[in-house]
Amino acid sequence: MGHEYVPEIAIDRDGNQHEVQGWQGDYYGGKLGFWLFMLTEVMMFGAMFLSLAYYNSLHPQDFLDASAGLNRLLGGTNTVILLVSALTMGLGLLRMRAGDVKGSKLMIWATILLAVAFLVIKGFEWTAEYHHGIFLMHDKLLPESSLPFGQKLFYGLYFAMTGLHGFHIIIGIGLMLWLLKRINAGKVSTEHHILHWNIALYWDIVHLIWVFVFPYFYMIGAGGATGGH
Amino acid sequence: MSKTYFDETHCAIGHPKSTFMQWMLTIDHKRIGIMYAAVMFVFFFVAVFTAFAMRLELFAPGGQYMDGDTFNQAFTLHGVIMIFLFIIPGIPAIFGNIVMPLMIGAKDVSFPRLNWFTFWLYIAGCCIALASLFIGEGVADTGWTFYAPYSMNTGTNVIMALVAAFVLGFASILTGLNFLVTIHRLRAPGMTFFKMPLFVWGIYATAWIQLLATPVVGITLVLAILEKYFGIGIFDPAKGGDPVLFQHLFWIYSHPAVYLMILPAFGIMSEIIPTFSRKEVFGYRTIALSSASIAGIGYLVWGHHLYTSGMSDIAKTVFSFLTFFVAIPTGVKFYDWVATMYQGKIVLSTPMIWALGTIITFAIGGITGVTITMIGMDVHLQDTYYTVAHFHYAILGGVVFLLFAGMHYWFPLVTGKMYNETKAKIAFYLNFIGFNLLWFPMFIAGYYGMPRRYFDYLPEFEIYHQISFVGAVIFIAGLIYMFWVFFKGWTKGEATTPNPWNATTLEWHLPTSPPPLENHSKVPYVDFDPYEYKHGEPVVKFNYETMQRID
Ligand code: HEM
Ligand SMILES: [Cu+2]
Repeated sequence: MGHEYVPEIAIDRDGNQHEVQGWQGDYYGGKLGFWLFMLTEVMMFGAMFLSLAYYNSLHPQDFLDASAGLNRLLGGTNTVILLVSALTMGLGLLRMRAGDVKGSKLMIWATILLAVAFLVIKGFEWTAEYHHGIFLMHDKLLPESSLPFGQKLFYGLYFAMTGLHGFHIIIGIGLMLWLLKRINAGKVSTEHHILHWNIALYWDIVHLIWVFVFPYFYMIGAGGATGGH
Repeated sequence: MSKTYFDETHCAIGHPKSTFMQWMLTIDHKRIGIMYAAVMFVFFFVAVFTAFAMRLELFAPGGQYMDGDTFNQAFTLHGVIMIFLFIIPGIPAIFGNIVMPLMIGAKDVSFPRLNWFTFWLYIAGCCIALASLFIGEGVADTGWTFYAPYSMNTGTNVIMALVAAFVLGFASILTGLNFLVTIHRLRAPGMTFFKMPLFVWGIYATAWIQLLATPVVGITLVLAILEKYFGIGIFDPAKGGDPVLFQHLFWIYSHPAVYLMILPAFGIMSEIIPTFSRKEVFGYRTIALSSASIAGIGYLVWGHHLYTSGMSDIAKTVFSFLTFFVAIPTGVKFYDWVATMYQGKIVLSTPMIWALGTIITFAIGGITGVTITMIGMDVHLQDTYYTVAHFHYAILGGVVFLLFAGMHYWFPLVTGKMYNETKAKIAFYLNFIGFNLLWFPMFIAGYYGMPRRYFDYLPEFEIYHQISFVGAVIFIAGLIYMFWVFFKGWTKGEATTPNPWNATTLEWHLPTSPPPLENHSKVPYVDFDPYEYKHGEPVVKFNYETMQRID
């Protein structure tokens, strides 16, 4: 934005001065806007979870069976990775606020690395499923295959939701790289770190969504193919 | 002469020399609003002429100019353009942008660059929608609701239409977000929420719906796209999916979307009525809060679109019951407007007659809406012309008419010129008469069983369609004439003062007309209510140099 915003003053009838809030440099407004945007993400994933819950109620046994077929080890590892990355991201923001720009950059790089690891593991997982004949428009998920409807729906939603979540991770990596660029250019600094703040918030929502995705898809079938009851 | 926003602007990138690029890159909320208006009215007329083609086809029984498939594509195109490209984004994008910041004394919206980006996102959505016309099997033939499973199986360009709707929805979310932050952060000092003009309240309630409802339809569209592309069986029963789930998710958005259209329109009404009654608005708080409660209740009533889809009787009863509740805050607003006019010094300028006409047409639309809220009636009337007449009365006779009212009202503010009053009034009467002639017979035809979305019908319905056709001709002539009057006014009209209507809200207290680049050259301290009149004269007066009160 270049030039500094000099707040205007409004004067009331008694001659008192009141500062006018401008749109330039409105730190609080920037945060508010991003929170609202994250609310839309929650609504969006919320609608997907609603559909998931609905089909779960129609085909409970199929859902348990399908869930039992997912790789909980890889899914669990990814959960840990994502939680650690949320920690590094948060630490990065704290460093930035404390004035340690270098440390902050290090933490962002760590987060990026963890995010990439997450994607790689996800890639392995999807490939393995592909080789088991479970993939979109493929083998067992084709309309003519004999897999029960409930399982097809489960896997369909599994690919849709983990795919969409993965897409958010990719965007997140892009955002963090951009953030690093802005830090290097001096556009984000200890005094002006709204961008850093918002990207950290974004990353929190991404991992928050995963915290719901993981148990729903991977854990409900953990009691064995019979569902545990 | 001081400079106005026509002379200079802020740009998203750099400082281009050419006027054209200055407009393309502008981040000034007033210019962006004007550009939205220009694009939207082009689409509006495209959809009007599609509608006219349908009316022409329906002039006589039997097929005349188009076959059934083309007719299906025609009403889909008409519906998609009118709903997604024109009226849902319409009033917020045009007047929310142009006047809302002026009304609260802000220099611009909170995120002007985002606003610029949103406009171009909207254009991108429009382009995708248009492209679907020319690619492959042509524009979708599903109706604007894209109901599964048909939309999953038709060979037309449903995917493109869905992508377009998604992009437009995203633009709508960003607009709402921008306005919410603007209203929370940039009000002039002293302006509490209950000192905001009522149009701002309308925009505020709308913005919340945009933010909370649109993502739901967004993801529904994404799921539908994934289903069509990757064969996930979410909505198609042949793959284990549930088509009724699509209807639920669709209407969870699209019913609140009805309020997305009407709440800002009501906001315009609430500005015009006190101004031309020269009286403080009656029940300011109830009008403001009823917007909020309509937005809230509007969330809970989507099920009334699903009475005939095999919902349980209990669910039907609950949805019907809840739907009646929306009528209460709506009724409250109507009584407040009438009470405002009571014993006021009513000035029958063009914006005011548009508002009064709308009270009549929207009341008809609203009352017929209550009739189809009743489950028994709806089972009889659903998917007949009764419903078509109902929503045209509500949307066209309610929302679009108020948009026109607003265009007359804020015309001098935006252009600094005045249109010809007499001619503008003639345009109104043409529109009003044509509109009623066009749609009223359709209540009767629908009641006797004329189904909607048919390109052919039994001879007994011929007379209704023919009256309707005459109405359409008068109405469309009226529309063209109205825009002609605007055009003449803008190019040749007389220059006006900043406050030609003796209005009280902040957007009329500007140093020049049209407004300067960053709006109020000085922001006033707001320690007054938005509509203060005494003996038919505005109470609050300013010294425009210092923006301090001198009354
Ligand atoms: C010039 C005025 C207009 C005329 C003559 C007109 C005419 C029509 C006609 C003939 C139909 C088809 C009815 C059927 O066969 O079911 C229709 C449908 C529709 N109209 Fe209009 N209309 C006009 C304005 C509007 C406006 C302003 C809106 C909304 C902003 C609108 C929204 C719709 C919608 C949503 C449908 C349903 C499309 C569908 O079934 O998928 N119309 N209109
Ligand atoms: Cu509804």
